Amino acid sequence: MKLGFLVDLNLCMGCKGCEVACKVENQVPLHSWRLRVKYVDVGVYPETKRTYTPLRCNHCEDAPCERICPVSALHYLENGIVNIDKERCIGCAGCMMACPYGAIYMDPVTNTADKCTYCAHRIASEMMPACVVACPVEANIFGDIEDPTSHISRYIMAHQKDGGVKVRKPEKNTHPKHFYVGGGEVQLNPLASKREEGYNLFNNITHLDHIGGH
Amino acid sequence: MVEQTVAATNAIVTLDVPIPQVIWGWMITLNMWAKSIGTGVVFVGAYLLARYSNVVGEKVKIWMPIISFVFLNIFLLFTLLDLHQPFRMWHIFFYPHFTSAITVGAWMATLFTGIIFVMSLIVVKKYILKKECKLENLYDPLFKFAVVLAIPVTMYTATIMGESTARELWQTPAELIQMLLAALLCGSAVFLLIGGTWSYEVKRDLAIILGSSAFLSFTIYMGEYYFGHMKAEEVAAIIAYVKDNGVYHSLFWAGQWIAFIIPMALVYFSLKNRNGSLLYLASFSAIVGLYITKHVWLIIPQLLPLS
Repeated sequence: MKLGFLVDLNLCMGCKGCEVACKVENQVPLHSWRLRVKYVDVGVYPETKRTYTPLRCNHCEDAPCERICPVSALHYLENGIVNIDKERCIGCAGCMMACPYGAIYMDPVTNTADKCTYCAHRIASEMMPACVVACPVEANIFGDIEDPTSHISRYIMAHQKDGGVKVRKPEKNTHPKHFYVGGGEVQLNPLASKREEGYNLFNNITHLDHIGGH
Repeated sequence: MVEQTVAATNAIVTLDVPIPQVIWGWMITLNMWAKSIGTGVVFVGAYLLARYSNVVGEKVKIWMPIISFVFLNIFLLFTLLDLHQPFRMWHIFFYPHFTSAITVGAWMATLFTGIIFVMSLIVVKKYILKKECKLENLYDPLFKFAVVLAIPVTMYTATIMGESTARELWQTPAELIQMLLAALLCGSAVFLLIGGTWSYEVKRDLAIILGSSAFLSFTIYMGEYYFGHMKAEEVAAIIAYVKDNGVYHSLFWAGQWIAFIIPMALVYFSLKNRNGSLLYLASFSAIVGLYITKHVWLIIPQLLPLS
């Protein structure tokens, strides 16, 4: 069994229900996010469009975070999830430097690295991740990508033929197990959009000061 | 390069969480800088002992392990302080993960520091306290082992940088060479500073090591600066940012001038005029400039948003 995730960006309406559900389920502290929805506006008024992209850990098959972790705090589960043992983490931040997706953060409460685990604790109880349950339009699809009859495998098959299934930064050879349908460069490549002061809707902080115990 | 499409799409992030800024900061710079001195004096000390043992022997034998030990401890101290959970450092030895260059490096650096510690004890007891030391016979075999071990200890940080997949600017092969050159630069500079009355021939050799290391290191940085944009769009974005006349543009060039260009010029004039006094300034400049150069190179790829 290899668990995978797929987000259909054609369906996502940027409600941030998944983001809130993740925060609540995993008790993610203030200033930290395991999952977030990024808004990117494209075009010039009146020809504009807003895109929404949920971003979380990609649970890569060749995870750079797992490779660089000096104490195996980041490790693979048998179902393909890249899990983290916060009791073992020494807080070297090597994983944050290695993850090409910026998916790992330093928990300001425990002073250890943390990230999305696809709600591994819920999966162990045969439940879906909290973000999947919360999505009102079923844009989040989760399941076994090695089972050709699973919903996610059939979804990938249905959208594969027109090249519509993408991963973020495939050139990094991390082999992510998190897929996107309906995504383009603007959504998936951070260099394809600008970040400018004063353009954020609710939040004028573009960069976070250093968090942690030193 | 994809950033060239922004003008057409006018794509702009309008809602996102704040992204982390610098994760590895000045403590890691200090780590790399201090390690360059700690291992560099071992490399250059080995050369001096091999070639000029009669002239420099005792001074190098005494000061090489002591200087190395001091700077290795600075390196280890700030490595520890940079951890968010420093009291869990022992996990590296009891739950090691050997695909990580951090683990391999920590093991090797600990062993290396232990060897240098024993060598320091020997010279302190024998030469400074003027007492008989039972371990004296161990000095030479330990030194040979230290020279060999200094090579991977110098270079492992480059492998950590290579494993930092998110930072495309750092490529292992180039960084490996940069680490070795930084060690040779610092090692020769330190011995030029403490050399005192050493003959011109010794200083000339040290000056050549200093100047050559500075030249090769400068060449690699210039290669990255002017041709790095060809290899990846992330590198292109970083280099474009540095070239954009911001703070890091000034710091980058300040580092290049102070660490490499000024020392190269001073070494040239020193060799031309057979004058050793300019080499003090060249050495001081190289050591200070290397910190600035390493710091800029460490910080700039971290300014790029990853998601």
